[in-house]
Amino acid sequence: MSALASALAAGFLFGIGLWVSGMANPRKVLGFLDITGDWDASLMLVMGGAVAVTLVGFRIYKTKLQPPTRKDIDFPLVAGSAIFGIGWGIAGYCPGPAITALATLSAESVVFVAALLAGGWLHRLLRPE
Amino acid sequence: MHDFTPFSALIGGAFIGLASVWLLAANGRIAGVSGILHGVFSPPQAQWRAWFISGLLLAGLAWQAAGAPLPLREGFPLGWAAAAGVLVGFGTRMGGGCTSGHGVCGLARLSARSLAAVVVFMATGMIAATMMRHVLGVAS
Repeated sequence: MSALASALAAGFLFGIGLWVSGMANPRKVLGFLDITGDWDASLMLVMGGAVAVTLVGFRIYKTKLQPPTRKDIDFPLVAGSAIFGIGWGIAGYCPGPAITALATLSAESVVFVAALLAGGWLHRLLRPE
Repeated sequence: MHDFTPFSALIGGAFIGLASVWLLAANGRIAGVSGILHGVFSPPQAQWRAWFISGLLLAGLAWQAAGAPLPLREGFPLGWAAAAGVLVGFGTRMGGGCTSGHGVCGLARLSARSLAAVVVFMATGMIAATMMRHVLGVAS
């Protein structure tokens, strides 16, 4: 299989996983992030299942892993993750689910993904590497 | 917890894990969706990223074509969706990853940086989601 076809297949499988797990449903994600009242713990199991499989798979293919370029927990990592989390908690979308939800052509997913690209572009503009 | 769906959560999660292992095994790449999406617009290596993103989109189309339940949310304020998108785009770029890159692949690599990222975005995500619903009263 060519590299491009396998990237397509990986994206497809990833997307099906998002739909099956309920992650593509922002209400389900917010049911997890909203810790009051009727808390839905499902997302914990989505991550648990994904990490468990990946942990084993990455051990098998560990020679293909590039060594990490850095190990320090610095300001951009913490501040960036904090900003990402706020956006995630507002709308219930992180990048993967938002992209696969684009297929429904819902107004909120189109607006969200366009804004996501604009946010990435803004970062590039403000912090040139 | 009447919305708790442990089986579909675990099975769907396993699919996400398999896809991440596949991308490493076949392409030697890490399945971090935010990095892949941002990278589509900055060559080199834009091509495989565009195909991965196309796969994500195709999955959404296939899911609809199969007539599977489509959880559409009506009436979420688009201004909030736009603000959230900008924060997610900026934050994932600054922090170098999202729920997939740090959350799945990073934790599976036992990366301390990714663990820190996950703890932080889970915490701010919970604060933001809880405030949106119960302080600002935005229905979602």
